[in-house]
Amino acid sequence: METLARKPAPPRETLSGLPVNEVYGPEDLAGPVGADLGRPGEYPFTRGIHPTMYRGRLWTMRQFAGFGAAEDTNRRFHYLLEHGQTGLSVAFDMPTLMGYDSDHPRALGEVGREGVAIDSLADMEILFAGIPLDRVTTSMTINAPANVLLAMYVALAEKQGLRHDQLGGTTQTDMLKEFIAQKEWIVSPRPSMRLIQDMLAFGTRELPMWNVISISGYHIREAGATAVQELAFTLADGAAYVEAGRAAGLDVDAFAPRLSFFFDVHDDFFEEIAKFRAARRMWARIMRDRFGAKNPRSWWLRTHAQTAGVSLTAQQPLNNIARVALQALAAVLGGTQSLHTNSMDETYALPTEEAVTVALRTQQIIAHETGVTATVDPLGGSYFLETLTNQVEDAAWAYMKKIDEFGGMVAAVEAGYPQREIAEASFRFQQEVERGERIIVGVNDFVVDEEPKIPILKIDPEVEHRQVERTQRVRAERDNARVQRALVALRRAAQGSENTMDCILECVRAYATQGEICDVFRLVYGEHRESAII
Amino acid sequence: MARAVRILLAKPGLDGHDRGIKVVARALRDAGYEVIYTGLHQTPEMIANAAVQEDADAVGLSILSGAHNTLFPRIVTLIRDHGVTDMVVFGGGIIPEEDVPALLHAGINKIFGPGASLEEIVRWVRDNVRPRGVAA
Repeated sequence: METLARKPAPPRETLSGLPVNEVYGPEDLAGPVGADLGRPGEYPFTRGIHPTMYRGRLWTMRQFAGFGAAEDTNRRFHYLLEHGQTGLSVAFDMPTLMGYDSDHPRALGEVGREGVAIDSLADMEILFAGIPLDRVTTSMTINAPANVLLAMYVALAEKQGLRHDQLGGTTQTDMLKEFIAQKEWIVSPRPSMRLIQDMLAFGTRELPMWNVISISGYHIREAGATAVQELAFTLADGAAYVEAGRAAGLDVDAFAPRLSFFFDVHDDFFEEIAKFRAARRMWARIMRDRFGAKNPRSWWLRTHAQTAGVSLTAQQPLNNIARVALQALAAVLGGTQSLHTNSMDETYALPTEEAVTVALRTQQIIAHETGVTATVDPLGGSYFLETLTNQVEDAAWAYMKKIDEFGGMVAAVEAGYPQREIAEASFRFQQEVERGERIIVGVNDFVVDEEPKIPILKIDPEVEHRQVERTQRVRAERDNARVQRALVALRRAAQGSENTMDCILECVRAYATQGEICDVFRLVYGEHRESAII
Repeated sequence: MARAVRILLAKPGLDGHDRGIKVVARALRDAGYEVIYTGLHQTPEMIANAAVQEDADAVGLSILSGAHNTLFPRIVTLIRDHGVTDMVVFGGGIIPEEDVPALLHAGINKIFGPGASLEEIVRWVRDNVRPRGVAA
């Protein structure tokens, strides 16, 4: 039995290692704090991008969902919409994320396991059956084949009789963070950036309400980064996409308002709130001062947030409900525009319907019972929080400077710099836990002998067979001459400088599969290989 | 003098979640093992070939995509197909407890669930992995 005397002292630093004093007072706010704050809705947006924030409109409760075949996920979508969810968010399975069809040998055992399998427009039609696309906004967590999935969504809208400009939603499309952290790729960083440029140009022309890129710190954090690293690497990624858009000949104010962000929200309550506030302020400065954006909407950092999957514990899983609630509260106090709350059972499998419901209810309790939505940025002016916001910002600028010294994020990624920094940070954290310097409740303290059992979602292994059959049927029944013509046109565009998006759209209208389309990119640009860094 | 025990760590399947395996790799290395990490997105064939070619004493697999029931047993079978029967195979990831008995039955020596600590993994390796076929 451990004695109380052996417990570590309360932490004197944040999870990122920033020092925390015993107490803060007005003396800590001496200096230009007022200028850094502004009012909510005013540059530099530390206190939020909207003057009325949640008094005007609550954040979007957007639970990420996807498993099995399209029918299974479609049922979950209808369930979530009936229970008050206000936007859709699609999780795709691993083969889809990597640009393989469900009948590819590399897809063996993976189909529908970690998200929904989408091979062709036929699957997309089932995924959104009964859901008019002008009535919802849809976020798709898809990166390497984001161009293909966006084209499928547009083609589906055409079949529903909608105009392109009626579509609202987000494709993640953040390949830099894939190379840094999430590691689902098809081609190397530079051709990936070219395909993203095509999407930016297409989105700017055709989809005024679509967020083409969701610049994502989430996966960077989940891979083990600190809050400061997450912030710095994400903003550096964002700057790289702005550079790419400009290099494609786009005016910064034509596309920057459609860039959105996605941050993790982890356990260190105040540091997380500070991170969101510092992020808005930094992005506003980057956009206005570095890129010369004139439209205030280009200065806005609009963000989605998700509670930290990596913080959930397999031990005493019900405790995760408390962790998620606190993280969600931090995201709301940080001023997020939309939020996903994780489910208690996600260290074991995709969540059950019951677990997802508790997670959604957690957001509804914060929104409707706690009163935190009544005033804008309720923690603004806190001696501690304002100091911490400054500290987080300073530490993140220091990291961004290092990335600039590499020549920007594309070069830094090619040099393996952020990858190494994250591996270091994650090993350091794990060692602190193993040594008992950090307490994780139920893991290295307050443990129980008999772990409670919770129900786990099972994926029917038949899903893979059914999905493979459907895709093979689609290939047999479509106009294959039209598919071949469309794929050849795409190859020419990929080899040349014509925008690939129009060609991809024609491919998906003809029911070319995403594997076939991605094979064109593999053929033209070669497949990406990473040299493993440990 | 006995050579260092050699462990091949591998990521079968398509998921890119490598925080866990990298942390385990460093912990095993710090504990004195020779660690080879294959990197991401390895097919069962690639892993079995690498394990045999590298003459590994043990293979550690990490998967978080839910494809473990298909891929882990296949890796064991492929290693056996090379005529190697004394290579220890262990694995971990997002693996529900109810999947564990079938995996053990398929020849995986040990499954570490999502709550396993580094200490537990290193201790198990120390107790269960010996140099294979060292010439007497």
